[in-house]
Amino acid sequence: MDWHILAQQLVNGLTLGSIYGLIAIGYTMVYGIIGMINFAHGDVYMLSAYVTAISLATLFSFGLDSLPFALLVTLVMTMVITAAYGWTIERIAYRPLRGSTRLAPLISAIGVSLVLQNGVQLSQGARTQGVPSLIPTTLRFGEGDDFVQITLVQVMIIVVSLSSMAALTWLIQRTSLGRQCRATQQDRRMAAILGINTDRIISSVFIIGAAMAAIAGVLVTLNYGSFDFYIGFVTGIKAFTAAVLGGIGSLPGAMLGGLILGLAEALFSGMVNTDYKDVFAFSLLVLVLIFRPTGLLGKPEVEKV
Amino acid sequence: MPPIAAAVSTTGVRWNLVFRQAVLEATAAFALALLLLGPIVGLVLDGYQVRNELQRPLLIAAIIAAGRFLVTLAMHTPTGQTALERFNARRRQPGVLVVSASESDRQRWWLLAIVVVSLTLPLLASKYWLTVLIQAMIYVLLGLGLNIVVGLAGLLDLGYVAFYAVGAYGLALGAQYLDLGFWSALPLAAMLAALFGGVLGFPVLRMHGDYLAIVTLGFGEIIRLVLNNWLEFTGGPNGVSAPAPQLFGLEFTRTAKDGGVPFHEYFQISYDPLHRFIFIYLVLFLIVCLMVVVVTRLRNMPVGRAWEALREDEIACRALGINHVLVKLSAFMMGATVGGIAGVFFATYQGFINPTSFNFFESALIVAIVVLGGLGSTTGVIVAALVLTILPELLRAFADYRVFAFGVLMVLMMIWRPRGLIRPRRRAFEVKGLCR
Repeated sequence: MDWHILAQQLVNGLTLGSIYGLIAIGYTMVYGIIGMINFAHGDVYMLSAYVTAISLATLFSFGLDSLPFALLVTLVMTMVITAAYGWTIERIAYRPLRGSTRLAPLISAIGVSLVLQNGVQLSQGARTQGVPSLIPTTLRFGEGDDFVQITLVQVMIIVVSLSSMAALTWLIQRTSLGRQCRATQQDRRMAAILGINTDRIISSVFIIGAAMAAIAGVLVTLNYGSFDFYIGFVTGIKAFTAAVLGGIGSLPGAMLGGLILGLAEALFSGMVNTDYKDVFAFSLLVLVLIFRPTGLLGKPEVEKV
Repeated sequence: MPPIAAAVSTTGVRWNLVFRQAVLEATAAFALALLLLGPIVGLVLDGYQVRNELQRPLLIAAIIAAGRFLVTLAMHTPTGQTALERFNARRRQPGVLVVSASESDRQRWWLLAIVVVSLTLPLLASKYWLTVLIQAMIYVLLGLGLNIVVGLAGLLDLGYVAFYAVGAYGLALGAQYLDLGFWSALPLAAMLAALFGGVLGFPVLRMHGDYLAIVTLGFGEIIRLVLNNWLEFTGGPNGVSAPAPQLFGLEFTRTAKDGGVPFHEYFQISYDPLHRFIFIYLVLFLIVCLMVVVVTRLRNMPVGRAWEALREDEIACRALGINHVLVKLSAFMMGATVGGIAGVFFATYQGFINPTSFNFFESALIVAIVVLGGLGSTTGVIVAALVLTILPELLRAFADYRVFAFGVLMVLMMIWRPRGLIRPRRRAFEVKGLCR
C-alpha cells in the first residue's frame, strides 16, 4: 500500500465523514429528545440536494455571476426550505401521535419518507439530476504518479461542517434555547412543569436537524454533482449508523461517529472492495449494536416504568 | 390545533371570530405549502436549467388552503364538534376487542363460501387475472407473515423483503447448484429464511424496538446488494431462472424434459399453459389457508399471548418472567419462514428472478398491508393485501401515484386509527365489565 493512496483515502474519508456527521446530528437530536428515530430524515437530506440544484440553476438563469454570493443565497434558501420540511414533518407525522403506540410514529415517518421520495420523483422526474462543477480548483501534493489530490470543495466541506458543528455546540451549550433543549431531553415532563414550552423545543430540534442536513445536502451536491430521489435512503441509514456508533443521543458522538464511519468506509472501499462498501457500513451497524449498543460516547439506557 | 372552545361562547358560536381564525389558518397553510412545494414542485430541473411549472404548487397550495379553511369552519359546527369528539374517543379505544369465549362463531358458513369462490375463481380467469390473483395471494401470505412480527409481536421489521428474497433465491439457486425441485426447495428455503431471521434477530432483539427497525432496513439492503454484486454465484442483476413446480413428478410443460411425463399427457387433456398457474394458485391457496389456521391457533396459545403481551408492555412481561428475547425471536423466525415460503412461490410463478424485485418499496408495501389491515387482525390483513394488489391493477392510469398514496395512507391511518381498520378480536372468559 502506497502512502499516497492511503492519504487520498483518508482525505476522502474525512470529507465523507463530516457529511455523515452533519446528517447524524438530526437523528441523534430527535432521538435524544423524543426517543424516536426520524425515518424521514434521510429524505429531508435528499430534498436539500434538489433545492440546492434548483436554487443554483434559478440564480444563474437570472444572470447572477458572483459565485460566492450564489452559494451563500443557495445555502440560506436550502436551509430555510429544508427546515420548513423538518417542522412540517414533526407537525404531521409526530405531534398527533404523541401518546399513541410505540409503533405509530415509526410507521407514519416511513409514510412521510415514501411520500417525499415519490413526490420528488413525480415532480422532478426519476432520472439522475446534477449541478455543473462550479469550483474546479484542486490542490495537489506529491510528484509524478504519486500524488494526493484535494479539491477545494473537499476543503470547504471539512471547514463548513466543522464550523457548523462548532456553532451547534455553542447553541446547545450556551444559549437559552440550548439549555431548554437539554432540559427537555433530560426530563420532558419536569421541563414542562418548569415552564418550558416543550412542544416548541421539539419543533426546533426537528428544524435544527433538518437545517444541518441541508448544509450536508448543499456540500454533497457541490462535491459529487449528481443525485437522484433515492439518495436519502442509503445515506440516511449510514448517518444513522454514525449516530449509533457515536452513541445515540450524544451530539459530539454523532460527529465522532460520522468521522469514524466515513474513514472506515473510505479505507474499506480503497483497500478491499468498492461494490461492498454499503454492505460494510450496514454490517458495522449490526456489529456495533451487538457489542456496544450504547456507542462510543452514549450513556447506557435505563428503562423505567 | 388551537383550542376551539375559545370561540364557542355559552350562547353559541361567535362566527366572526371563527371566520377570522379560519382565514388566518388558511393563509398560513397557503404560505407554508408554497414554501415547501414552490421549488420542488414548481421548478423542474432540466439538465442544468430549470423549467418553470409554478402553476402546480400554486394550485396545490390553493387546494390545501381551501381545505384548511373549510375544515376549520366545519370544526365549529355542532356536527363537526361531535365528529371531533368521536374521533378522539376512537383513538382512545383499547387495541383489542374482547369477545366472550362462549360467543358462537357465526362466520362458518360464509367462510365456506369464500373458500368455494377462491377455488373456482382461477378456473374462470384469463392468464392476466390469474397472475394478478397469484400475486395477490403471495401478498396475502407475506402480509400474514409480517403480521406475526409487526402486528402480534410489535416488532417493526422494515427488511422483510430480505426473507422473501432468501426464499426466492433459495429455490432458484437450489435448483441451479443442488438440483433441487420445487417441493424439496419449499421446506428448505423456508428453513433457510428462518435461519437468517434467527441469526439477524438474536443480537438485535435484545435491544430497543426502534433499533430493530433500522437494522432490518439495513439487512434488507445488504441482502439485495449481495445478490446484486455477487455475480459468480447469483448472476447479479441479470437474475437467475427458477424451476416450475411438479405434481407428483408430472410436469406442466408441453414436452417433458429427460424422461418426465407432462401433466396434460398423463390426464389425456389438451395442453394449456394456464395449468401451471392454476396449480401454483391452488397450492398457494392451501398454504394461505393453513397459515390462517396456524395464526388463529397460535394467538390462543401461550406463545401467541406472550407476543401480544410483549407488544403492549415489555417491562411488565419481563417482570412476569417471560423470556422476551426468545419470545420475540420465535415471532421473528416464524415471520421469516412465511416470507421464505412466499418467496419460493414468487420465484416459481415468475420463472425468473433478479434483485430489483426485492427493494425497499416491496418491504414498505408489505408494512402498508399490515398497517392498513389493522396490526394483528388476520381478516384485516387479507382484505388489505387483496385491495392493495388488485386495486392498482384496476387503476393502471394512476400507477405512478401508487407509492405516494401508500405513504399518505400510512400517515393518515396512524393518526386516525393507529390500531388499523379492523380491530383484532380476542376471546376471553367472561369477566364482568370486560367483555362487550
